[in-house]
Amino acid sequence: MATFFGEVVVAPSRAGVDDDEEAREETPEDREIRMELEKKREIDILWTLKSGASTESSADEPFVCSKFIVAIGRNAAAFLSSYILDSVCWEVVGVVKLWNEWCRTSSTTNVLPTDSFCLFYRLISDPTVLLCQCSCYVAEDQQFQWLEKVFGCMQKEGLQVTILSTCPVADYKTQESTLTLPSPFLKALKTKEFKDQVCCPLLEQPNIVRDLPAAVLSYCQVWQIPAVLYQCYTDVIKLDTVTIEAFKPLLSSKILKSLVKDVSESTKILKKLLTTNEIHNNIYI
Amino acid sequence: MFVPCEGGGGSASSDFKGFTLLMPAVSVGNVGQLAIDLVISTLGMTKVGYFYTDCLVPMVGNNPYATAEENSMELSINAEVYSLPSKKLVVLQIRSPFIKNKYRPFCQTLLSWVKSSKCARVILLSSSHAYQRDDEQLLGTPLRYLLTPDLEKAVGGLMQELNWKEMEKVAAYPGINDIEKVLHIPGGGITKLLFTESCSKGIQMAVLLKFCSEGDNIPDAFALVNYLNEWLQLIKSESNNSTDTSSQWKIPSSWRLLFGSGLPPALF
Repeated sequence: MATFFGEVVVAPSRAGVDDDEEAREETPEDREIRMELEKKREIDILWTLKSGASTESSADEPFVCSKFIVAIGRNAAAFLSSYILDSVCWEVVGVVKLWNEWCRTSSTTNVLPTDSFCLFYRLISDPTVLLCQCSCYVAEDQQFQWLEKVFGCMQKEGLQVTILSTCPVADYKTQESTLTLPSPFLKALKTKEFKDQVCCPLLEQPNIVRDLPAAVLSYCQVWQIPAVLYQCYTDVIKLDTVTIEAFKPLLSSKILKSLVKDVSESTKILKKLLTTNEIHNNIYI
Repeated sequence: MFVPCEGGGGSASSDFKGFTLLMPAVSVGNVGQLAIDLVISTLGMTKVGYFYTDCLVPMVGNNPYATAEENSMELSINAEVYSLPSKKLVVLQIRSPFIKNKYRPFCQTLLSWVKSSKCARVILLSSSHAYQRDDEQLLGTPLRYLLTPDLEKAVGGLMQELNWKEMEKVAAYPGINDIEKVLHIPGGGITKLLFTESCSKGIQMAVLLKFCSEGDNIPDAFALVNYLNEWLQLIKSESNNSTDTSSQWKIPSSWRLLFGSGLPPALF
């Protein structure tokens, strides 16, 4: 295939298997490099479930979990920070350490909303309620690991999962143009076992969801866990209050209703989030 | 691994002993996958389970074969299994590409599932880069087949009757000598690996593929599914004097907007 500049470009194929990759046998050196890379890309979850004591990835016995709320992406994480989380009712019980080409997270729990992190919180008054804020990007080859290491620690009977995430409105397929759509807007997907009311319309065909939100929802569908995913389609990439507030209908949902904190607190936190974000985004005085 | 789902008819529906397993290779133009969509949609196949694996990129969406409001809300994932016991047919649909370095483990898992579920044979729908054809392949039909030795014994004769063309082997060292020939399926994804592994494991496998290029591959999917139908007779052609069943395949609702959303009116 020739481009206008005269160079020959190999047409990208959806086949997924490069012909050279297929033809070449893996040498011992290749294998060593591959194993090293795989090791570097392994994710570690440090749990502090039992008071004080820190344990490696898999806890000795699975802990009982009735509600698991996962916010994936900065805006979803900020929504939980503004409307649900606080330092009085919630305690940090886990942190994910990972590395990939897009981001690196550390084991610190003292994070800024603009950092890349993945933290787990537990409701002190009801330790079966677990919440996760994941603002880092979990790569394709790490998503399955994340699932197995997180869900592997939980007792899945009686568990209900809620996932919040965002994605660009340009990805939304519709008969009209996406330019005229009033964004941000919410769409939902639910597993077969989820019987509660959904707070917004369901995501219509032929739209699909990818990445970690899709991985979590797939896991729940296969293992028959009631779960719902709320995807916010937005045209803003960075932290944005309009996008964060688009998740507000969820505050009246069965799972979040009892966890919502004081409204005045939320407004304060939202304001603080915005200013922190602006400071970080200004490179000019 | 195969995980059965409820509503698929219970444990009896996961008994695939003696069934034909039909599946796609993720290949150029996604032709195999599109053809499988047509088969599932037309035959109204029931979902009986999932192929839970860490080898494929995760994705979810609502029922791609929805025909009405009532059945449009069932969640689908990246690899699902459908069955039609009346035709002893089980279909695996794959909806996303492989994660890097994971295609070999996938092939191993798949073939061990084929053996453990006691499927009688596997038919793999695939495609290959049209631009890699040699002068002879440019003429005539763009459809090809391959049979493992075990299946050759069973249906080799039928292929002759149908006047099908076997996939040609190419020179291992082109330009140097033409004596040593190898199988080469560029753009076919895991087709060659699955085929060679099946040969060595004594699995009865047939590969049906079409030469094509990336683009609007719907006509290629129709051609491939009609080719398959010549053999399996999944649907009968309505008119007596033609074997062309193109108009009888049902396009699934998820094929809408294949090339993106509507255009902004301000563009014009």
